Amino acid sequence: MTDQAYNFAYLDEQTKRMIRRALLKALAVPGYQVPFASREMPMPYGWGTGGVQVTAACLTPEDRLKVIDQGADDTTNAVSIRKFFERTAEVETTEHTAEATVIQTRHRIPEQPLEEGQILVYQVPIPEPLRFLEPRETETRKMHALEEYGLMHVKLYEDIAHNGAISTAYAYPVKVEGRYVMDPSPIPKFDNPKLESAAIQLFGAGREQRIYALPPHTKVVSLDFEDHPFEASKADHDCDLCGCGSSYLDEVITDDAGGRMFVCSDTDFCATRQAEGHRGALSPQEEYA
Amino acid sequence: MMRDDRLNGDVLTGGFADAPVQAARAFRAALEAMARPGKIETVEGAEGPGISTAAAVLLLTLCDRETPIHLAPGCNSDALRHWIAFHIGAPVVAADEAMFALGSWQALKPLDRYRIGTAEYPDRSVTLIVEVAALESAGMKLTGPGIETEAALSLPEVEAFARNGLLFPLGWDCYFTAQDRLAAVPRTTKVEAL
Repeated sequence: MTDQAYNFAYLDEQTKRMIRRALLKALAVPGYQVPFASREMPMPYGWGTGGVQVTAACLTPEDRLKVIDQGADDTTNAVSIRKFFERTAEVETTEHTAEATVIQTRHRIPEQPLEEGQILVYQVPIPEPLRFLEPRETETRKMHALEEYGLMHVKLYEDIAHNGAISTAYAYPVKVEGRYVMDPSPIPKFDNPKLESAAIQLFGAGREQRIYALPPHTKVVSLDFEDHPFEASKADHDCDLCGCGSSYLDEVITDDAGGRMFVCSDTDFCATRQAEGHRGALSPQEEYA
Repeated sequence: MMRDDRLNGDVLTGGFADAPVQAARAFRAALEAMARPGKIETVEGAEGPGISTAAAVLLLTLCDRETPIHLAPGCNSDALRHWIAFHIGAPVVAADEAMFALGSWQALKPLDRYRIGTAEYPDRSVTLIVEVAALESAGMKLTGPGIETEAALSLPEVEAFARNGLLFPLGWDCYFTAQDRLAAVPRTTKVEAL
């Protein structure tokens, strides 16, 4: 049942037009952060208010929405946002990546490659890749205007000097179409190669009031050095439930004696593989289960 | 009682019947078009006096009292001004103040009058809505972000886009509209003659 007291997809029309204009300019200047008048949403900052506003501005009644939180469809955040749009926009929802037309995500890109006709909406906490290097917005804006990204390379170099390798493991900075340095949101760097996609990728930061975007097939390069090339790393293990050796893994502590298991972070991907009969090292033995 | 001329049928009709849903569908078409330059989308649901369905849909979907619009000669009729005042409420302004500009390619020129953004805010630039007689996936070759290999679109010329491209990340972006069809060419798209 829809709550008739709310407009379609919760936001009022003027707010949606403002967000829509920002989205179009964001696509026209890939990687550039467009300021927008972010609204209060019925959830706290940090729970995806930016992503929810972008999703609300994009949804049509024909859409099928999937929401993931660190790859999982079944966490509180993902379930709440799915229910929110079931109530306010009457859209269908799904947990299957291939069936979804709009996917809102927190901190992961689905394992299954996205296709034309799909939109991936990222929830972004800190949109400014230079923020922890330069706290003043006036300065970072100038640095983007002047294409002055030396500080970011110094940061990556210091990683190498201290640790022997680039230790940045998530929110790994990228350069878009050779111009803007962009924060891909806190996705693991394992996901960075998937930023070059056939789908439209939209990024919404509610508290920080920024929207940015990647059109399909946009060139996205992870920053690195010739002698320390970018590497999309993951835990050196196979999934203990579906046996996949190429997916991104979560480490799950199973007892207080050092026991642990590795499972796919993408729950839909893992469940689909298990349904196809794939088994991992810790899967229950069928005949005894 | 005197009846105001401005309140004739043309002015009061032609808006969305169900704005939240029709605007949502129209925006998805506009978003797809801007994300995939050269891709032609079809829209419906609005009629403005003297302009195409696609242009009327774009105005209703993207404009409101916060977005100054420039109407180029040929589009600058009383009927359209009153239609915009009634349905959208946007101020009609000179070219250099506009966030949106509507007209034929020739009437919109010279293009260096429009806002192209600033180095720190390249988003503060005009979106041109260019009315053309027909829109086909043929003619000029398009490459750039949003296009896997190359796309084709019937565009009026090459030079203006080349000059606009040199301004990147500043520059204008445009929609081309014909009947109920629209396609977009953002500033990142490289346009070449085939």
